[in-house]
Amino acid sequence: MADKLVVIGNGMAGIRTVEELLKLAPDAYEITVFGAEPHGNYNRIMLSPVLAGEKTIDDIMLNDEQWYTDNHIRLHKGKTVTRIDRVSRTVITYDGIVEPYDRLLIATGSTPFMIPIPGNELPGVVSFRDIQDVNAMLEASQQYQHAVVIGGGLLGLEAANGLMNQGMTVTVVHIHDTLMERQLDKPAASMLRNTLEERGMQFLMNAQTEAICGNHRVEKVRFKDGKEINADLVVMAVGIRSNIALAKEAGIYCERGIVVNDTLQTYDPSIYAVGECVQHRASTYGLVAPLFEMARVCANHLARHGIGRYTGSVTSTKLKVTGIDLFSAGDFAGNKESEELVFQDAARGVYRKLVVQENRIKGAVMYGDTIDGPWYFDLMRDDTDISDMRENILFGQAHLGDSGHGNDNRVAAMADSAEICGCNGVCKGEIVKAIVDKKLFTLDEVRAHTKASSSCGSCTGLVESILASTVGGDYSVAPHLKPLCPCTEHNHDSIRKAIKEQELKSVRAVMDFLEWKTPDGCSKCRPALNYYLICQWPAEGLDDYQSRFINERVHANIQKDGSYSVIPRMWGGHTTPNELRAIASVAEKFNVETVHITGGQRIALYGLKKAELPAIWKELNAAGLVSGHAYGKALRTVKTCVGQEWCRFGTQDSTHLGIELEKMTWGSWTPHKFKMAVSGCPRNCAEATIKDFGVVCVDSGYELHVGGNGGVKVRATDFLCRVNTEAEVLEYTAAFMQLYREEAHYLERTAPWLERVGLTYVKSRIAEDPDYRQRLAERFRYSQKYMQNDPWAERVEGIDAHEFKPIATFNLNELKRVS
Amino acid sequence: MSAVIQQTSWIKIGEIDDIPRLGARIIETDAGNIAVFRTADDEIFALRDKCPHKDGPLSQGIVHGKKVTCPLHDWKIHLDTGLAVAPDEGCTASFPVKLEDQTIYLLPIADDGNKREVN
Repeated sequence: MADKLVVIGNGMAGIRTVEELLKLAPDAYEITVFGAEPHGNYNRIMLSPVLAGEKTIDDIMLNDEQWYTDNHIRLHKGKTVTRIDRVSRTVITYDGIVEPYDRLLIATGSTPFMIPIPGNELPGVVSFRDIQDVNAMLEASQQYQHAVVIGGGLLGLEAANGLMNQGMTVTVVHIHDTLMERQLDKPAASMLRNTLEERGMQFLMNAQTEAICGNHRVEKVRFKDGKEINADLVVMAVGIRSNIALAKEAGIYCERGIVVNDTLQTYDPSIYAVGECVQHRASTYGLVAPLFEMARVCANHLARHGIGRYTGSVTSTKLKVTGIDLFSAGDFAGNKESEELVFQDAARGVYRKLVVQENRIKGAVMYGDTIDGPWYFDLMRDDTDISDMRENILFGQAHLGDSGHGNDNRVAAMADSAEICGCNGVCKGEIVKAIVDKKLFTLDEVRAHTKASSSCGSCTGLVESILASTVGGDYSVAPHLKPLCPCTEHNHDSIRKAIKEQELKSVRAVMDFLEWKTPDGCSKCRPALNYYLICQWPAEGLDDYQSRFINERVHANIQKDGSYSVIPRMWGGHTTPNELRAIASVAEKFNVETVHITGGQRIALYGLKKAELPAIWKELNAAGLVSGHAYGKALRTVKTCVGQEWCRFGTQDSTHLGIELEKMTWGSWTPHKFKMAVSGCPRNCAEATIKDFGVVCVDSGYELHVGGNGGVKVRATDFLCRVNTEAEVLEYTAAFMQLYREEAHYLERTAPWLERVGLTYVKSRIAEDPDYRQRLAERFRYSQKYMQNDPWAERVEGIDAHEFKPIATFNLNELKRVS
Repeated sequence: MSAVIQQTSWIKIGEIDDIPRLGARIIETDAGNIAVFRTADDEIFALRDKCPHKDGPLSQGIVHGKKVTCPLHDWKIHLDTGLAVAPDEGCTASFPVKLEDQTIYLLPIADDGNKREVN
C-alpha cells in the first residue's frame, strides 16, 4: 500500500511540488489535494494580464481537472481545511471530510493584508489575490468610473494598470514618496511614475488612508490630512501575510510563517510546507521563483531521495505592465561600504544602477532597457569579481565583446516576427506562443519546446527576457548552482571534488558514489564525467569510449549527411610538398568531394565514408601526417605567421614557437576546444588576440593573451603578462591550459570561464605565483605523457575495428528473389 | 505466397558481443541502414538509422538507458518504439529483434505504424 500524502492548498507551490514528486516517484503516494478555491491550479502571477484584458482565465489555468484524474490525484476543490489533527494524523474540512495522512504538505499561501480602517468591509473594497478578486474588479469596471488603489508597490501598480486598461480613472495612493520603494531607487521610481502618468494614471503620494466611506457601497476615501477623493472601487494592495492560522492551531511552530528547515520540513517531521506560507532562515517569499526551488527540494525529500537542500533565494522582480521594462534585484539601496555605478540617459528613458561592494554586485536596478538584468543577476549570485570589467559593465554584456545580436535589447518592443534564435530560426512570436500555450516557466522548458537558445546559446539573454516579459518578472530563474543534468543533483564543481577526494576512477564509480538517478546517465553527463576523470587521473582513469561523442570516438567530424571529415595536423600551420602530395593523392584515391582550407591553417577533406577512414589514415600516416584533433574538445590548432624568418616586420621566430607550442600541447583534452596562435609582431596577422591563448611577439619578448574567441560572440583576449623567453612562453602556456583544464566546467570555453572566475584570479595563479605556475605546468606535462599517441595510427593498427564496419549486410530484394 | 513467408523470416545478424555495451552497429541493406543497439543490460533493439528530425545516423549516437541521442541535433529517441522523447515529435521505424543464446536475429519488417508518445 502506498503511503497517503495530503496537500492543503491547490495553488502553484503545492501543485508544483506534486508535479516534481510525480517525476521522481510516481507511485510513492496516494495523493489527495484540498483547495479552498473552486478551480484547478492556475497561474496566480498571470492575474495582472487577465485584469488588463490581455489574457483570459482559461489562458492561465495550469492544471485542469483531467490532469488530476490522469495522475490519480483526488482533488477536493472549494473545500477549506479547518483543522489538522496531528495525533490521529488527519485533516478535517469545514464540512466534515476527514482525510488521514502519512505525510502532510501545507501550501496555504498568503492573504492580502487589509488595512484596519473603518469601512474596509464595504462592498466595492477588494484585494488583488485570486480569480474572485479579478472578477469583482472586472465587474466594477463595467459599471463604475473611479478606482482607487491603495499601495504603490508591484501588485498595486499592476492592478492600477489593469483597471486603467478596463477604462476606469485610477488613482494610486501610496504612503511613501516613491513608488515600489522595496524594489526601486528614487531615479528609477520617478521614471516609472512619469511613464505611468503619461498613460493617465494619477498618484497621491505620502498619503495615509484614514477611512473608506460610503453607505451601501464605497463612495469616498478619506486621508489623515482631511482630503477626500471619490471612489467606486477600492483595491487594497499594501502587502501579504503568510497563511499560518491552520498550522498554528495544530501546534506547529510558526513565526511570521510556518518555520521550516532546509528540507522544507516543519517542526513536525511528517509535515512539510512550501510557498508563501513558509518562513525559511528568517525569510518569507512572495515570488514564484523561490517557490519552485522549494518545490523541487521538498519533492526530493518526499520521494525519499533525501538529497538537495533549499538554502534560500536571491530574488529579482519585474513589473508586469505591458511596455514597461523594469528590473530589480538584491540590495539596490546599498550601505556605507558600498558604491554605486550609474548610467542614465533620460532622453532614451534608460537607467541602470549597480550597487557594488568589494567589486561584487550586491544589487541592481534597471529601467527602460533590462536585457542585461539576468546577466547582472548571474554575476551577483556567482559573486563574480567584476574589477576587470568595471569600465564597461554598465553598457551590458554585449559590450564586453561584439555579441553579433547587436542592439536588439528592447524585447518588449520587438515585433512577433523578429528572429531571436538565429541557429534554429525561432521568432519572438513562436517563443511567446509556446510559453503561453504550453505553460512554460523556465529557460530549459523554453529550450526543450522551441529550441530557441539551445544551440550556440548566444540568444539566451533575449530568450530569458521574453520569458520574463511573458510570464512576469518572477519567472523561475535557473538555480544558482545548476545540477550537471537531470540525472543528478550534483553540479560540475562538486562532481570534480568527489572524483578527486574519493579517488573515483571510472564513470561507473562516479555514478555509484554520487547516487546517479538514471542507470547509465545521459548524453550530457557521460561525456562530462569522462572528461573530468581523464583530466584528474591521466594515467589510471578509465577513458570510457561509449561516453564520448561520436567525433571523439572515431577521431573524425560527423557531417550533416552522416559522412565524415578529416583534418591532418600541420604543426604551426607549416607544411611540406610531401605532405601536400599525400593529401592530394588521398583526395583523388578516395574520391573526396571537398578539399577546404580551414581557418586554423589546416587542410580538411570532406564527405568521407566512415568505413574508409582507417585506410585513409594509413596513407596519411605514411607521409607523417597525424590526427589534427579538429573533432575534439581538445587542443585544436596553433596558427602562426612566418615571423622574422621572412617578414620584414617580424620580431621573433613565431613559426618556430608555434610549432614548439603545438608539439607540447597536441593530444591534450580540454573542457571545450582550445585554439592558439603566435603572431610575429604587433600587426598580429595570426589573429592571436581572438584565441584561447595567443602570443604576440614584440621586440623585447612575448606578450601573452588569454580568453579570446571568434565564433558566435567575438571576444578579444585579455592581456595576461609579458615574458622574455620561448621557454617561459611554453611554461605559461602549459600552466594556463592546465588551470583551464582543472577548473573550467565541461563545455565552457576559456572566455566565459575567464569572465566567471575573473582575470585577476587567473593572473594570481599564472603570472604572480611562480610556484603554482610551475606545479600546473608539471601536471600538464605529466598528463601529456599519456595523451600523445596518434589515435589514427592506433586505429590503423586495428583498435575499435568494429566501429568502421557493418555487423551484417543483406539485400532485401535478393531475399525476395531467393524465395 | 512463399515469397512473403521467406521475406518475413528472421535473419541472423551476428553475436551479441559484436556490439559494445551502450553502443550500436549498423546493418547495411539496399533499403538503407538499420542500427542495432545494445543497452547496458544487454537488451537489443533495432531502428532505421535515420533520426525523424533531419535523418541523422542514430547508430552514431550515445546510448543511455533505453534511449539514443542523435549525434546531429541532440534529439533523444526511444529505442523500443522509435519515438522521439517529448517535447520533440516524430518517429523512426523500429524492427523486431530477438536474442537466442548469444545470437541476434532481426525481422526485416519495419514497424512505422502511427505511434504517439504517452507521457
